[in-house]
Amino acid sequence: MTPINRRRLDNFRRNRRGYYSLCIFAVVFVIGLCAEFVANDSPIVFAKGGELYFPVWFTYSEQELGGELPTEADYRDPYVASLIEADGGWALWPPVRFSYNTIDWNVSSPTPVPPGQDGHMFGTDGLGRDLFAMLLYGFRLSVLFGLGLTLVSATIGVTLGAMQGFFGGKVDLVGQRILEVWSGLPVLFLLIILTSIVEANVFWLLLILGLFSWMPLVGVVRAEFLRARNFDFVRAARSLGVGDFTIMRRHVLPNAMVAAMTYMPFVLTGAITALTALDFLGFGLPIDAPSMGRLLSQAKSNVEAPWIGISVFVTLAVMLTLLIFIGEAVRDAFDPRRTLTGADEEQAAVEPLPRV
Amino acid sequence: MNQATSGKRILEVDDLWVRFGRIDAVRGVTFHIEDGETLALVGESGSGKSATALSILQLLPYPMASHPKGSIRLAGSEIIGAADKDLRKQRGAVASMIFQEPMTSLNPLHTVEKQIAEILTVHGGLDRLSARARVLELLRLVHLPEPEERLKAYPHQLSGGQRQRVMIAMALANEPRLLIADEPTTALDVTIQKGILELLRELQGKLGMALLLISHDLGVVRAMADRVAVMQNGEIVEQGPSAGIFSTPVHPYTQHLLASEPKGLPVMAVRSEPLLQVRDLTVSYPRGKGWFAQQTFVAVDAVSFELGTGETLGVVGESGSGKTTLGLAILRLLKSQGTILFNGADLLQLDKTALKSMRRHMQMVFQDPFGSLSPRLSLQQIVEEGLLVHEPELAPGERTDRVAAALEEVGLNPKLRNRFPHEFSGGQRQRISLARALVLRPKLIVLDEPTSALDMSVQAQIVDLLRELQARHDLAYLFISHDMNVIRALATRLMVMRDGKVVEYGAAAEIFDNPRSPYTRELMAAAFVRNSATLGRIASS
Repeated sequence: MTPINRRRLDNFRRNRRGYYSLCIFAVVFVIGLCAEFVANDSPIVFAKGGELYFPVWFTYSEQELGGELPTEADYRDPYVASLIEADGGWALWPPVRFSYNTIDWNVSSPTPVPPGQDGHMFGTDGLGRDLFAMLLYGFRLSVLFGLGLTLVSATIGVTLGAMQGFFGGKVDLVGQRILEVWSGLPVLFLLIILTSIVEANVFWLLLILGLFSWMPLVGVVRAEFLRARNFDFVRAARSLGVGDFTIMRRHVLPNAMVAAMTYMPFVLTGAITALTALDFLGFGLPIDAPSMGRLLSQAKSNVEAPWIGISVFVTLAVMLTLLIFIGEAVRDAFDPRRTLTGADEEQAAVEPLPRV
Repeated sequence: MNQATSGKRILEVDDLWVRFGRIDAVRGVTFHIEDGETLALVGESGSGKSATALSILQLLPYPMASHPKGSIRLAGSEIIGAADKDLRKQRGAVASMIFQEPMTSLNPLHTVEKQIAEILTVHGGLDRLSARARVLELLRLVHLPEPEERLKAYPHQLSGGQRQRVMIAMALANEPRLLIADEPTTALDVTIQKGILELLRELQGKLGMALLLISHDLGVVRAMADRVAVMQNGEIVEQGPSAGIFSTPVHPYTQHLLASEPKGLPVMAVRSEPLLQVRDLTVSYPRGKGWFAQQTFVAVDAVSFELGTGETLGVVGESGSGKTTLGLAILRLLKSQGTILFNGADLLQLDKTALKSMRRHMQMVFQDPFGSLSPRLSLQQIVEEGLLVHEPELAPGERTDRVAAALEEVGLNPKLRNRFPHEFSGGQRQRISLARALVLRPKLIVLDEPTSALDMSVQAQIVDLLRELQARHDLAYLFISHDMNVIRALATRLMVMRDGKVVEYGAAAEIFDNPRSPYTRELMAAAFVRNSATLGRIASS
């Protein structure tokens, strides 16, 4: 690791709030990524007749296990369980025996089932699906969607902003006019129309939201580039014979990145809330996807089951807060003026004096 | 000098401490000023002289700043711990202040009349008509030309010197007994500096004010002050009558300061074939569009000169004379017309690839030591950049060696190469800029005011370093400056510019001995008069 990055890492660690947020988030995110091994309606692994089976990766029909149906085995069925255990077989189950789309028919009261009953830690939704499993899968999907969308919009926004700011003149003029027209398009209507034409899935949503979410970044990056292109160190680089692209990447972009990074946490959380909102309105992910927004709309229609709404709200709030804290810490870590502790504060204290 | 002191102390500062956060910027400073007297606080940046001055009017950023100890008595009443209401009565009326930067110390949205009248109505309670009469009187007092027309002028319509005069008029509005001038001429051109200093002396005589002058410029201090207090690291190390301090300094730091004016003589190069020949170089900018014709502003107008290997051409002029533009145009960082023959090739005719390979032979060092280094790159990255472009075949190890050698050459420890620019002082940053230029072993370096943002003693070091490097590598310098002292210590040839045109061009020694153009004479008079301590005599005669 270069000393610069080591220092950035040190800086990040020094921001306790951001650092602990990252630790918590990392743990939750890793659990989310391994959701299939935490909450699933099939065993992680089972043995039968001296052979090991991995139903998480492979699909086995009931017939292969010695049953009758040619369809995929339903491992929650007592019949299938007895088939596995028939001749000394065993099964290792994940801690939660429901997937996000598993409907639990063995409930002792009408759905939604309240928390703690029938093995449902957080209760179930109106259809009898386990709330914990849905939140876990939904969390994973939301975060991945948010990261993906942030990456897409950062790439587009920073590139366009950099070009406009650095080259200025006609490039800037044309770019800004296009941006104005583009920002005038009614995003929500477009989304509704588009989702009614194509069958929405994650990638469609990523594409459609990605078309519009890059715009706030262009302004800040462009402004930084406009400011920095006449700086002496850019002139110095030019007089060294450094090419335009290298100057942009090495000299100007790092300075613009702090400004861009200020926006990143908000783009990220904005992406997650946008997805949730679309799902809530019914224009988002397909009906069988694990979605926070759909859970929220369920919470609305099942007012007598407050645990649905509360658990979704808490999950969303914690997730968004952690992401903002992490984003802030990353941003500060890249700011070279905050690289020193004691001496730096002293510097800051003397700075307001008029220079001599 | 002005000895009209009545013996009554207008200001007494006793054991003053100023603390910012955890550090003490001022540590136990004691001095006094008598009525009508001029005391100069001298020191380099960071010595605490501005903090001392600002605390007299309690203008520091409280509560971030604090005074753990000490007392300031202004016209007999204690300032530290005084109520805001009482302080406001003192500010502007008993003591007032003028600042360094004439552009930012006036409100850009108010007219001259409004800015000055505000003080009159706040303190004196004058009505509009009598306020206007008083404003006019003040503007005449500070010799602002055509005061009636200037009443409605906005700050941007005035020149730097005129703005400083308006600032002084504002400070004088309520006839203060003490005027605090914080680097009043630092941001101004030399010819204008002289006028402002003469004005301050004249006003002091006329109004009998005491003057607290804060400056790093020993020439100004010598010409103006009755007594001098030398500050270093927040303490006054030496205090006494001006004549004594300058003739027999006692403290080593004072001796160091006095010895630190750029000295020495330029390296005399053996005249060789010219490295750089510039003919009729013109730079013009479009300035607004008319309906039929585009108006242009000519920043550099048909400039021609020659520069040989190992020589230094000093380009002198005041701000706006086009000297920086000239430097940028020669390196083809700006569009220009004419011929620039460098090393036998016309730079303006070269295509992109040829120009790129030519760039390694000509480098630039900029004025602002803070703006000329990428804040996010380490020293190593900054210095090696040119090598990456021009010698990409170097292995990382060799590159590091070259960077280390360049850093050593400019007097920096190569072990610091993973540090960032903000950890270095102004002088060290200029050394880094030099290392960046030197690492490519260029033939020509354009130096754009490389010393003017630095403290005196650092300036002298940089000048020495430049001379040493020139001798060792046979470098040609194009040295742009407004400071005649530095130019005299470095330049073999001299070019005086004004409004984009060459006023005078020739061998430096000849021009210094016998300037032909009146403008050159004026520049030199303004620059050297201060050093010979004759300004006081001029003004009081």
